[in-house]
Amino acid sequence: MKTKKARILEIEPITRVEGHGKVTVHLDENNEVTEARLHIVEFRGFERFIQGRLLWEVPVIVQRLCGICPVSHHLAAAKAMDMIVGVDQLTPTAEKMRRLMHYGQVMQSNVLHFFHLCSPDLLFGFSAPAKKRNIFSIIKEFPDLAKKGVLMRKYGQEVILHTAGKKIHGNSAVPGGINKNLSLVERDALLKDIDQMIVWSQEAVDISKNYTLEHLGLVESFGNFKSNHMSLVREDGALDLYDGGLRAIDANGNLIFDHMDYRNFDQFIMEEVKPWSYMKFPFIKSRGNLDGWYRVGPLARMNTISFIDTPLANARHAEFREFSKHKPANMTLAYHWARMIEVLHCVEKIKELLHDPDLQGSDLILKGERREEGIAVIEAPRGSLFHHYKVNENDQVTYCNLIVSTTHNNTAMNLAVTDVAKKYISGKSRISEAMLNHIEVAVRAYDPCLSCATHALGQMPLVVELFDADNNLIVTGSQFVSK
Amino acid sequence: MSANKHARTLIIGYGNPGRQDDGLGPAFIQQLSHLETEQVHLRSNYQLTVEDAYDAQDYEQVIFVDACLNSGQISKLNSNQDKEIPFLFEQIENTNDTGLGSHSLSPNGVIRLCETLYNKSPKAFVLAILGYEFDQFEECLSAPANANLQAALRFFQTWLTSQTHA
Repeated sequence: MKTKKARILEIEPITRVEGHGKVTVHLDENNEVTEARLHIVEFRGFERFIQGRLLWEVPVIVQRLCGICPVSHHLAAAKAMDMIVGVDQLTPTAEKMRRLMHYGQVMQSNVLHFFHLCSPDLLFGFSAPAKKRNIFSIIKEFPDLAKKGVLMRKYGQEVILHTAGKKIHGNSAVPGGINKNLSLVERDALLKDIDQMIVWSQEAVDISKNYTLEHLGLVESFGNFKSNHMSLVREDGALDLYDGGLRAIDANGNLIFDHMDYRNFDQFIMEEVKPWSYMKFPFIKSRGNLDGWYRVGPLARMNTISFIDTPLANARHAEFREFSKHKPANMTLAYHWARMIEVLHCVEKIKELLHDPDLQGSDLILKGERREEGIAVIEAPRGSLFHHYKVNENDQVTYCNLIVSTTHNNTAMNLAVTDVAKKYISGKSRISEAMLNHIEVAVRAYDPCLSCATHALGQMPLVVELFDADNNLIVTGSQFVSK
Repeated sequence: MSANKHARTLIIGYGNPGRQDDGLGPAFIQQLSHLETEQVHLRSNYQLTVEDAYDAQDYEQVIFVDACLNSGQISKLNSNQDKEIPFLFEQIENTNDTGLGSHSLSPNGVIRLCETLYNKSPKAFVLAILGYEFDQFEECLSAPANANLQAALRFFQTWLTSQTHA
């Protein structure tokens, strides 16, 4: 066997991706990348943990799933339990309170992702010194931007506080409805800053849009590949983050299915298992496992929807569609632009709801004819989130299956990593930290909720490993010095 | 969005109560609830976030309470002790920590954000309580972790009283 001289490098961990993940990049004898894979260490104990618990407990307990998107899981579980308690339509107060909570959640999550997680890469460049690519450098050079990010995130958390009852461990969404309305005091507290949030959200769209236009060459060559896209849409095709039917389109924008009842999702979505990954690979059954994989999340939503029902965000969506020539945008880096359009939409919806007197209503919970199975889908910040439960006659959960956004995006993230690795690492005699950061940038564009996907809490770093032609590990981590 | 300007101490316990001993921080806050006054504010969260820096600017001191998985530092602390101490309590001196996840932050990072964004430098301490079981979804502390929690509570209440009267 041919022996290659191994390069041993010490690298500090990535700190801006949650969970426990690893990227492996394999090189041939000419240092050309042959493949790259995103691995996520799976821990699927949660589905087992939830079995035996009472259905009433589930919307609260699922927030323990990973602690990173508790509100999304809280709402998805509550929606599934609505179905089990036989409630197909909530009272206006209950649905609007849940929607308000959801808009606060999507807003704060997307804001944090853009302002504090990805802005260092975008504003300083992917190849900037590692010590500079962090939030503290952003504060130093763009202090107003950093402060706006903190206050926007805080505003979203305040919306969650007033709708969920608590910033964390919220318990307001219950099977069949909600257990609190929005008091006038709470409403006025949120109204106080809402116009400022709208102004700042528009600025954020400008930043992300301008970045895309000013770096078009990079954006068009970085993780740009054709894919199917899927999300919920409202009955009239509008963006709907809380409810609707599933719409999937192909890379040319042709419908694969539309207004699909998510309660029958297992008839048109399948999950494939691959030997090298603990995480499953979902695909659209009618297209098969090779061509049926798809993307979810902000980029997919901007591609699938017909319009947005809030005026400012709708105008920005029209710009986005103009940019993509009314075809699906397939550029990984366009996720950021799409994400900020959603922030603007959420803030507009929050303002609209705050002026709706239904939020002060007292008709909160309904009951219906009991069912044994509940399925729900919501559009979480990173994409479609599926919750599926079965319960027995004693109201105990007997079955639980969750398909989270990161799982839906599994194939796309692997392709993005491979594309970037081939472009920036192939053929190089020396692998620099900046080259490895390009791979991380591709992963961060999706912001995979690795903890959520693995159903394990933790902030284990994402590790990048390079293997030579003899499968020797030659590089690991993200920031390194040669030994 | 304004916090109480007169509050003196903010205590943040964080961790996931659904992950066995990772819930030590929130359990600490729960059992300390009788101490909440205008001077002492209690918070509980899954993890630290950037807006904690916004809140921290209004306090003279901030205490971060978390479960500790690695007993290395605690063992070091115990090397000069007659009796084993199952927790670590130390002041944050070095805020050169840039660790930031999409939804989490280290105590050092929170204080550094507070300093750089708001020009405020509250005294900050970390109380790390040794836990043992983290791998299962279970909403209860292990028996030894609970014993460590009680020891940490006894220590901390004495310390806080001395601080309040200082």
